[in-house]
Amino acid sequence: MYSFDMVRPTSVADAVSALGQDEAQALGGGQTLIPTLKQRLAMPSVLVSLSGIEEMKGVCREDNGDLTIGGGTTHATVAAEAAAHYPGLAKLAGGIGDPAVRNRGTIGGSLANNDPSACYPAAALGSGATIVTNTREIAADDYFQGMFTTALEEGEIITSVRFPVPEAAGYAKFEQPASRFALTAVYVAKYADGVRVAVTGASENGVFRWTEAEQALSSNFSPDAVAGLSVPADGMISDLHGTGAYRAHLVGVMTKRAVAAAS
Amino acid sequence: MPKDHGIGASQKRREDVRFLTGAGNYTDDINLHGQAYVYFLRSDMAHGKINKVDTEEASKMPGVVRIFTGADFEGIGGLPCGWQVTDKNGDPMKEPAHPVLAQGKVRHVGDPIAAVVAESLEEARTAAEAIELDIEELPAVVDMKAALADGAAKVHDDLSDNLCYDWQFGTDTETTDKAFAEAAHVTTLELVNNRLVANPMEPRVAVGDYSRANDESTLYTTSQNPHVIRLLMGAFVLGIPEHKLRVVAPDVGGGFGTKIFHYAEEAFCTFAARQVNRPVKWTSSRSEAFMSDAHGRDHVTKIELALDADNNFTAVRTDTYANMGAYLSTFSSSVPTWLHGTLMAGNYKTPAVQVNVKAVFTTTVPVDAYRGAGRPEATFQLERVIDKAARELGVDPIALRRQNFITQFPYETPVAVAYDTGDYEATMAKMEELMDIPGFPERRKASEAKGKLRGLGVNCFIEACGIAPSNLVGQLGARAGLYDAATVRVNATGSISVMVGAHSHGQGHETAFPQVVAEMLGIDESMIDIVHGDTSKIPFGMGTYGSRSIAVCGSAMVRATEKIINKAKKIAAHLLEAAETDIELKDGQFSVAGTDKSVAWGDVTLAAYVPHNYPLEDIEPGLEETAFYDPSNFTYPAGAYACEVELDPETGEVTIEKFVSADDFGNVINPMIVEGQVHGGIAQGIGQALLENCAYDENGQLLSASYMDYAMPRADDLPHMANYTVDHSCQTPCTHNPLGVKGCGEAGAIGSPPTVVNAVIDALQSGGHKVEHIDMPVSPSRVWAAMNG
Repeated sequence: MYSFDMVRPTSVADAVSALGQDEAQALGGGQTLIPTLKQRLAMPSVLVSLSGIEEMKGVCREDNGDLTIGGGTTHATVAAEAAAHYPGLAKLAGGIGDPAVRNRGTIGGSLANNDPSACYPAAALGSGATIVTNTREIAADDYFQGMFTTALEEGEIITSVRFPVPEAAGYAKFEQPASRFALTAVYVAKYADGVRVAVTGASENGVFRWTEAEQALSSNFSPDAVAGLSVPADGMISDLHGTGAYRAHLVGVMTKRAVAAAS
Repeated sequence: MPKDHGIGASQKRREDVRFLTGAGNYTDDINLHGQAYVYFLRSDMAHGKINKVDTEEASKMPGVVRIFTGADFEGIGGLPCGWQVTDKNGDPMKEPAHPVLAQGKVRHVGDPIAAVVAESLEEARTAAEAIELDIEELPAVVDMKAALADGAAKVHDDLSDNLCYDWQFGTDTETTDKAFAEAAHVTTLELVNNRLVANPMEPRVAVGDYSRANDESTLYTTSQNPHVIRLLMGAFVLGIPEHKLRVVAPDVGGGFGTKIFHYAEEAFCTFAARQVNRPVKWTSSRSEAFMSDAHGRDHVTKIELALDADNNFTAVRTDTYANMGAYLSTFSSSVPTWLHGTLMAGNYKTPAVQVNVKAVFTTTVPVDAYRGAGRPEATFQLERVIDKAARELGVDPIALRRQNFITQFPYETPVAVAYDTGDYEATMAKMEELMDIPGFPERRKASEAKGKLRGLGVNCFIEACGIAPSNLVGQLGARAGLYDAATVRVNATGSISVMVGAHSHGQGHETAFPQVVAEMLGIDESMIDIVHGDTSKIPFGMGTYGSRSIAVCGSAMVRATEKIINKAKKIAAHLLEAAETDIELKDGQFSVAGTDKSVAWGDVTLAAYVPHNYPLEDIEPGLEETAFYDPSNFTYPAGAYACEVELDPETGEVTIEKFVSADDFGNVINPMIVEGQVHGGIAQGIGQALLENCAYDENGQLLSASYMDYAMPRADDLPHMANYTVDHSCQTPCTHNPLGVKGCGEAGAIGSPPTVVNAVIDALQSGGHKVEHIDMPVSPSRVWAAMNG
């Protein structure tokens, strides 16, 4: 990697201020950024580590029942501490990467990066979560704007993510054999006012909602409800590990399995 | 009760103490005073004409010691190929130059263009970014058949085309054609043996050192065969006489074949250390390993099997395109020919076997031996076409194999090898017993009740290991001998150092080899140490590959130990005042037959080095013997493997539910180590069958250039240990080496890929899918595509 300075502020305000410097880059758990730096694919002048900001960590049940997770909370902490409140989300967090990844990677980092094969975008979009930053609140439906693209402005930090807790939720991930990221994965969440279905890993536009399945599942929340449905292969990722047609097929299979696994 | 001592004892591996506690001494652990670091600037295009490599600005960057380019290697030898293949017209293969750093052209992604030597690796890398390149892109040459078409771009401009050789072997064309014309049934299959990256846990490392005072060079390197590197690099590349060149391969973290070869980085570090007069170190990154370690396999094959009306095999004919990559790596040319063609008879008494191989240059990383080297490719095509034939004929695949087994030994095949011994029926019967074949229908029903398909795959295979003898392989084009050597040095107090030419990079020689010497002398293994991996300490041996170590180097060690025993008996006879012929050695005691007179091992060894009471007029003092052993034939391990897979028809995902290997390795020195070797081999074979795929796009860009896209097998890809049996109880000892051993290192990787693919096809057929073949890796997406194709 190239040389850079590093700061580790202890408050959001200090982090925002540090990110105002030229070529500053926020560092969450570093699960994507550090390999990128090692390959010399990025050359920040200063890394602003968010890992020292206690106000951005932890899992908290709000009075209205929502679950708020600090942007700097690791996947392992979510897996452990969200289990009693939102088991579907905890299960998703516990299945990201391997133990090393789960103990370093953070929810804010994952959502800010918006890798098209990451797990958390499916949970956030599938739950209709609110992305809370240092300046504003962004609805998940407005937040994800395509592969590696989000509504975040330069220097904006995800301080927390607020999840409305559904009656039931499930996640089914079909892993890419090498990276074990999602080749195609589906998050399903059943709320009083309807079901949300979010798909990651499959589309060239990143995470997306499958509205046809949402409608079918809203009237009948069972695996059979989506049996006859399919998504078009157009716009699905085709690569070494599967064609667009295969991914489109997996969307249906994984949706069915996510519903079956919902708790 | 199992033995706890000597040959046959499952002793725990003594080397694991240091490996598991972080106390190993790997090449990257070697840091020499004043060392500089090298970073190789590598081509990011598959094929290009080098117009300019301007290092002027880069040379002024901080920390730069010196920058080298191809021009610095003008007049210096290129990397040699160790095996000359003669094509079917009697012409030698085409052998293009392989410069240490690219000259004139770059020929694959990863081809080194320049090397920056600097005070630190980061400074070297930064300076490399300042090197100005003007490289004119040329058309990539990726597909082998397209590479041979008229008008294809040439990888090497000085050659007439991209064909390295067109080789034919075995039964003549007239006889073979006649057998096919008269056949009652012919089964044909076209298949790909997928390109693999070896991926040893430890990447390659080289540290070059030079003593100007003594004009001596030392290379520390991650090698399976330090003497081979010393000979090739000293004699053919750099012109350093052997007495001025030491090659050390210390602890090496896995090789799988890819650390046999002599690489440009080794020659560079040795050369550069002399030029800059300080140590020069290179440590491969994992990304560099993907584009600079020799790859494995990459064959495209059509195989035909002819059968008579009684289902006897009457002929086999194969046509293979073998990818050489951009240059000839050290043993690349021998893999698709002598290590592949000679195995095409398999375990079967087929009277006509003809093998045709076209070796092709492409703008990809050089391809060379990888665990099994030629034998997995041979086994895969043969065992896949037999399975297809069984289905076409509606006969049981086990019965079809069984009726065609070779049963009389020795057996001379139509492809030039003579199997000395074997019992294929025994391994087949053992496999059937362990697999519980009669229980399969019930297990299939249970899988189907869960919505899964279940398939059973079987496979038989033969290997040729311990490649030899030297005079024969020399006639076949080998530019090296294939003996090995051992020196047994007995110390004054009776402890022993055995210096061996074999190199252990995970095999467990340091444990298994002393078991042999301990058995012969009747002393405890703790008195014996193995020394390997340093040309300044060991005799000239050829190293470790091709499952040869115990069969070849172990035999040399036995011969040297026999010399020790003979001399020790003479000394004992003197001490006991008895005739030499009356001396017996048992449990570390020399005794006079029929008497209670004896002297201990230690008394004899002390007398040899403190020869006060010693027959100095008859024998020399000291107790140290060397033997070189050149085998009279290959060894022929064989086995029968089976596995059951479950296939999820919704996703195409395949899981291995049950696996049995029944191997015949001849005699076994350390059963635990042998079982570990088979486990590892099967893991790699399952990796090839289900997961691993080194893929290039049409522009010659490496698509699977990291673990994000190259799928290595992991523990959860393998069957649970409760459903996984590795057996080696069928033993027909090798008839021509003193230990009766055959070698076990590659069996798992050879036997498992066709077993798995046969099982997948069986599962699909059981579900009504008329799928005859899926190329490896049989990934979920490929299975799904085949089911829906």
